[in-house]
Amino acid sequence: MEKNNLKGWLYLLPAALFLGFFLVYPLIDVFVYSFEEGYNSASQTYFGVGLYNYGYVLHDPYFLQAVKNTFLLVAITVPLSTCLALLISMGLSAIPRLQKLYQTIYFLPYVTNTLAVGLVFMILFKKTAYTDGLINLLINRFGGASVDFIDGPYWAKMFVLCFYTIWVVLPFKILILTSALASVNRDYYNAAKVDGTPAWRIFTRITLPMISPTVFYLVITGFIGAFKAYSDAVALFGTDLNAAGMNTIVGYVYDMLYGNSGGYPSYASAAAILLFAIVLTITCINLLVSKKHVHYS
Amino acid sequence: MQKKTDFDKIERAVRVRGILANTVLYVLLTLWAVMVLFPFYWMILTSVKSYGAYNSEYIPQLYTLAPTLGNYIDAFTAVPLARYLLNTLIFTAATTGLMLLVTVLAAFGFARLSFRGRDLVFTLFLALMMIPSELVVITNYVTITNWGLRNSFAGLILPSVTSVFYIYLLRENFAQVPDELYYAAKVDGTSDFKYLWKVMLPICRPTLVTITILKAIECWNSYVWPRLITDNEAYYLVSGGIQSIRENGFGRENIPAMMAAVVVISLPLIVLFLIFRNKIMEGVSRGGTKG
Amino acid sequence: MKVVLQDLTKKFPGRGKNAQQEVVAVDGFTFEIPDGKLVGLLGPSGCGKSTTLNLLCGLLKPTSGKIFFGEDDVTGLPAEKRGVGLVFQNYALYPHLTVLQNILFPLQNLRGRERPAKEEMLRRAKEAADLVQIGELLDRRPSELSGGQQQRVAIARALVKMPRVLLLDEPLSNLDARLRLQTREEIRRIQRETGITTVFVTHDQDEAMSISDIIVVMKNGVVQQIDKPQAVYDDPSNLFVAQFLGTPPIHVFNGRVEGGRLYIGNQAVLPAPGLPDQPVTAAVRPEGFALDEQGPLACNLTRVEIMGRDISVVCTHPDCENTAIRAIISAENRVDTAQPTVRFSLKPGKVFLFTADTQARLRPAQEG
Repeated sequence: MEKNNLKGWLYLLPAALFLGFFLVYPLIDVFVYSFEEGYNSASQTYFGVGLYNYGYVLHDPYFLQAVKNTFLLVAITVPLSTCLALLISMGLSAIPRLQKLYQTIYFLPYVTNTLAVGLVFMILFKKTAYTDGLINLLINRFGGASVDFIDGPYWAKMFVLCFYTIWVVLPFKILILTSALASVNRDYYNAAKVDGTPAWRIFTRITLPMISPTVFYLVITGFIGAFKAYSDAVALFGTDLNAAGMNTIVGYVYDMLYGNSGGYPSYASAAAILLFAIVLTITCINLLVSKKHVHYS
Repeated sequence: MQKKTDFDKIERAVRVRGILANTVLYVLLTLWAVMVLFPFYWMILTSVKSYGAYNSEYIPQLYTLAPTLGNYIDAFTAVPLARYLLNTLIFTAATTGLMLLVTVLAAFGFARLSFRGRDLVFTLFLALMMIPSELVVITNYVTITNWGLRNSFAGLILPSVTSVFYIYLLRENFAQVPDELYYAAKVDGTSDFKYLWKVMLPICRPTLVTITILKAIECWNSYVWPRLITDNEAYYLVSGGIQSIRENGFGRENIPAMMAAVVVISLPLIVLFLIFRNKIMEGVSRGGTKG
Repeated sequence: MKVVLQDLTKKFPGRGKNAQQEVVAVDGFTFEIPDGKLVGLLGPSGCGKSTTLNLLCGLLKPTSGKIFFGEDDVTGLPAEKRGVGLVFQNYALYPHLTVLQNILFPLQNLRGRERPAKEEMLRRAKEAADLVQIGELLDRRPSELSGGQQQRVAIARALVKMPRVLLLDEPLSNLDARLRLQTREEIRRIQRETGITTVFVTHDQDEAMSISDIIVVMKNGVVQQIDKPQAVYDDPSNLFVAQFLGTPPIHVFNGRVEGGRLYIGNQAVLPAPGLPDQPVTAAVRPEGFALDEQGPLACNLTRVEIMGRDISVVCTHPDCENTAIRAIISAENRVDTAQPTVRFSLKPGKVFLFTADTQARLRPAQEG
């Protein structure tokens, strides 16, 4: 058995090395960074230890803007995309004949490059000197005035960001919900049908409770994912998100680290830890809420 | 007879309601399908419009009568698109391959071999799943910079290799293989490594396929880490490449050429998806997370 | 409520390789179930009995034919408008609802004038629960109940809306042997007490025989025989029915009728007056053999099994299609196991004749 022991560790060694270097050490280090005041990345020196970095970040208008953007994005896209995905997958499970085809189409955005397709959304929504863009044309057709969704007013930019985010996250949710719906025993529906249960009641009293663990899983991962939004925004508004006023918390972290305003790993660390604290809090709240409403069989 | 007509009426009403509901359903589902497909159509359409034609359309046309492949030539000549694609291919293949190796070894270590402290290690290990990548990226950036690995494949690949979740997924699958197989192999004098290679891996092929697919998609589309660690075009991946094309490619805003690049970048994964549709969707629903 | 099936037929489109060929699950089923009877649909799996049940409750639409509940033609009505109670094979109890909520569920579906007041619903739910004797379990969840208790809840849920017809799909198949005996008595009692016309589906002949008023035997979508349980056993209309019912199974001999006598091998074993000469299939119930040293049927003795009240004589006969004959005789008989052969005479009421080709029943003229 002694030999086995050694071998066991040997099998784990590569994973342990990778994880140690790139996950565990950085995790400790990020806290260290966040408390080192006045860290200079060139000379690798710092003045002192304290909460200054947090204070700086929390007073940085760019950070506050990023927090506001992120919370708005989360509050809009998570409930909307979950409900929409639920509706679509309910619809899908009602059409056995063409289900495969529609499912394949709906899944397409999952395998596309967020940055690349974001560009398409940008040209669809952007207003330039040459053209108002297709979306604005549609708006004009229905009697509205053109809006520049990419460089225009805040609400318009937020709308595009939310729309694109939902477009990107829906495939995963639809897929998961469709398979959850398919796994509900048909007999429950037959029983409900024989009992003359109205459709709405079947949905609220049978379908929803039966798939509630899945819905809850999607809500939690949806919150976590939406709080980490970044590349969708880059795709639409370019890398200088602060200038566009559309930065997200994760974007703020990266901008602090690198790029035009970069070179401040301490501030980046403090912001990342703040984000982690927010996500952790929201997830805990979610877990508490779910205890009451989720049925685990 | 009074009663009979009554029943007829109910019957007809039910049938009409069914047809109506079905129609509405199909219309709505098709509407969303159009919403999903339209950006793809638009990018292909725009990519075959000539630069002049596109810019002269104040009202964008929904079709074109004079398709051209010129934009694709531009996309490959004016910017190093082929380089981006090759980089991404190397990055994806190397990262996925290394990940598979590390994951298989670690999962085997956890699932099959019994050593003191295994459960403790595994519990600690599971706790690692909760660490968001945003937290560790900062130090990794500094580490890679200090090692002088910026703008190199090593710098791109190394921090992207391990995934706690995939090790966990594979270990769970390994643990389902009955112990009797292992003992039988031992009795026959099979070495641990041969057992892993000849028995475990074939049995757990579906999970291996799943994590390979997921990792490959993730690599192909990765943006954040490559962007941090590369500022030399020679090491750009497609995501970074497209961003640089957007910001300073093609001189002026050459949207058709941009769209041609977007098509070229999106195509490999879409083709792969259409071929391995069922495997990919099954894999994602088994172990995927995104957004 | 009287239930009438009129030439009921259900065809399914073929699948996969046999896509062109449609499957006839139920073929021309005509039957009138008198009010308040308990009817057992019996047959091997795939015989169309479950399809018939689904046609009755409205989950499937018939390809042709009609269904009447009383005088009402319900053929085109969806399930919810028919007023049937259905108990599923796996009970289909909602796992997230308590027993009481499960039983209340159908009542809460009602709208408008039909919807009873809250207290009335509760009263009826409790009444249904008491009827199936689960009054103490109302606050439990289905996962906390035994199989038998779940079955009772499912029946209560079907009964609470006072259905015109109660349908049970394989009601006992998910229970262990002891519970099965108990529960089938229970179903009989509940049916008697409520007087609701009840149809249940089973592949278990004991189940069907023990509690049904009427048994319908089906095979490949075609009704073989509709009769009282004892009559189905004592007077089968064809070889399939004779073979399907009875344990140990009936013994099938290749024989012939010649000059008004039934021959097995070269021996005339029974008179068969009034039948023309022809090859026949003769089926003999295990209890149709009587030990008789002068008996016409000589079998090769294999062994004798003592089963307390009875003994079963295991033997073989060259003209018998069964691999072994099991003759059940009273334990008072003594069989000389040293002898290589054993001789039987046959009891006329336990021997059925069928044509060798169509396997339809042949009935000799009654003697004196």
